Amino acid sequence: MHEKKLTMRGVFVNGIINENPIFRLVLGICPTLAATTSATNGLGMGLAASFVLLGSNIVISLLRNLIPDKVRIPAFIVVISTFVTIVQLLMQAFVPALYDALGLFIPLIVVNCIILARAEAFASRNSLLLSAADGLGMGMGFTIALIIIGSIRELLGSGTIFGTALFGASFEPMLLAVMAPGGFLILGLVLGIVNAITDRINARKGAKV
Amino acid sequence: MKLRLSTGPHLLDRENTQTLMLDVLIALVPTTAAGIYLFGTKAAWVLAVAVVSAILCEYLFQKLTKRPVRVMDLSAVVTGLILGLNLPAEAPLWMPAIGSAIAIILVKELFGGIGHNFMNPALLARGVLLASWPARMSVYYIPARVLGVTEVVPAGTDVISAATPLIRPGGYQLYDLLLGNIPGTIGEVCKIAILIGFLYMLFVGTIKWHIPVLFVGTVAAMTWIMGGDPLRAVLSGGLLFGAVFMATDYVTNPMLKVGQVIFAIGCGILVGVIRMTKAYPEGVTYAILLMNILTPLIDRWTSRRVYGMVKKHA
Amino acid sequence: MELTLTNFLLFMVNCILTNNFIFSRYLGCCPFLGVSSKVETAAGMGFAVTFVMALASLFTYLVYHYVLVPLQLTYLITISFILVIASLVQFVEMFMKKSMPSLYNALGIYLPLITTNCAVLGATILNIDNNYNLLWSVLNGVFGALGFLLAIVLMAGVRERLESSNIPKAFKGFPISLVVAGLMSVAFLGFAGLGKM
Repeated sequence: MHEKKLTMRGVFVNGIINENPIFRLVLGICPTLAATTSATNGLGMGLAASFVLLGSNIVISLLRNLIPDKVRIPAFIVVISTFVTIVQLLMQAFVPALYDALGLFIPLIVVNCIILARAEAFASRNSLLLSAADGLGMGMGFTIALIIIGSIRELLGSGTIFGTALFGASFEPMLLAVMAPGGFLILGLVLGIVNAITDRINARKGAKV
Repeated sequence: MKLRLSTGPHLLDRENTQTLMLDVLIALVPTTAAGIYLFGTKAAWVLAVAVVSAILCEYLFQKLTKRPVRVMDLSAVVTGLILGLNLPAEAPLWMPAIGSAIAIILVKELFGGIGHNFMNPALLARGVLLASWPARMSVYYIPARVLGVTEVVPAGTDVISAATPLIRPGGYQLYDLLLGNIPGTIGEVCKIAILIGFLYMLFVGTIKWHIPVLFVGTVAAMTWIMGGDPLRAVLSGGLLFGAVFMATDYVTNPMLKVGQVIFAIGCGILVGVIRMTKAYPEGVTYAILLMNILTPLIDRWTSRRVYGMVKKHA
Repeated sequence: MELTLTNFLLFMVNCILTNNFIFSRYLGCCPFLGVSSKVETAAGMGFAVTFVMALASLFTYLVYHYVLVPLQLTYLITISFILVIASLVQFVEMFMKKSMPSLYNALGIYLPLITTNCAVLGATILNIDNNYNLLWSVLNGVFGALGFLLAIVLMAGVRERLESSNIPKAFKGFPISLVVAGLMSVAFLGFAGLGKM
């Protein structure tokens, strides 16, 4: 299937750049929209999802020869939701404010398509270490994307990044950026701009996409 | 068979577009003049910034994406002017600039330029500004030119309730409402000027009467049913301006007449409902935007249905 | 909440328009963006979601209040609900295939996608968070799904229209769909005051 031999470093970087779950694969839109009203929320959601990704990739890779093909999806879901429950309990105990801010979207990590997609497409076919690298890379790619979008929305909508004010008192924040429509619009614009930049880089390289 | 329902092909023709837009601009002259007369130089600046920013955004976007520059078709001027007329005269000048950028780039050019936007650009921009800076968008000064009245609505009072005559029934005489001696956006206050523009567009055939008349008529009927004063409801807020200049936008309302009837009545019902809830001082913007969204589906249904089987729906 | 006509109508308007699953709650965006290129398929997806969400609301309510609460296992809510939903979808698919082949032909292909539709799991967890009783839980499921149906059909209508449009290459596909969703969501702000009259 794979032409090149996979290396841990290659798999890790792949998740951040070439197959960034948000910017390239466009998976997991709901948490991306819901958790990016601030950079902090983006970071929190990113780390929570990364933990689940890493854990589920490792366990599914270990069990990949034991799970019968027919029931693999339910089995994946059980593994994933176990890790989600762990994250939920940990966050409730240690970062209750963040847990409340992300609310419903923490349990919904279960149905985040990125995680099931990596389980199906990668972890169920690759070795433990590669799957762990893939989970970490994808998780970091997701987290970085969430922080970028969260920062843009927070900056426009509240005038701050990670809670630090960047503009003077005369700045009047654009409330829409942190409201529901702002999420769709800003994510759409960022995706389009990332596409335009990627196209330009590829054109310059003369390489195939 | 694949029906191409979306765009009036005539709108893609540059020459015709220019003539059409010129007629709309002429129809907007009375309203613009009245607005500047009533609100003074502040209003003139808001309108100027909105128009210039709209032209610049369109020019820059078309250059940047290496598309033919079509600024000369005047549609950006119309969009900018209508957006400006939708703002309060007290708006800081960055608001018309941002609004025009949103209208032109986000709503129009990103979808392929004129004829391809599925929502009215100026209205959507107004919706964005209204949601983003509600305090700035809802505090109006009463123009002090007509009939010597000098009342001023102080800025910073209760955002929703202070501003419009919708909330103060009976506070204004009918001639105040007609002449524009009421608080409101630059373009919406002077109803006489809007009506002159309406008659001009009817006369030269830019628009037909169905949409504005049915839209306004539905609002009047709903107000009457709910025990309000239909005449005041019609002459208050941005209803007339919206019905004449924005609901009639060819690109964003249905193609067939039966669809346009549904569209207009739907707008009227939504305005009635949104005004009833009092969440906003005005429902016209959102009502037209919501019917814009429904327009592709209305086109689908009406193109398959027999004429006369019009169903009402909100 | 008492079941009166007013409450019922307000709740309906609130679920479908004011707090629309897509436009204001960000629930179910993947199918909303993925299955909205044609009005017919969008409607099919919407109806399938409505069907599953009503059943899921019913069964998760029973599981939560008659299994998890008595056994003090409420921290297992996420894992048990997703299993309920997954098996429900599976049963519905098998049942439809045997007993309602015409319905299965119309909705069948969407069913497997619904397990991972976060609107379904989201709705069932919201039912518990909001302390709805059985009736309101099912109503929340049905109306929430109808809001999803409305959103996805409106979206498909606009996207069909955009087919002939000259959209900049970098924006084709997801980016422009997200922008469309954002613009629609601005219009839906008009319903903000509804549902709590």
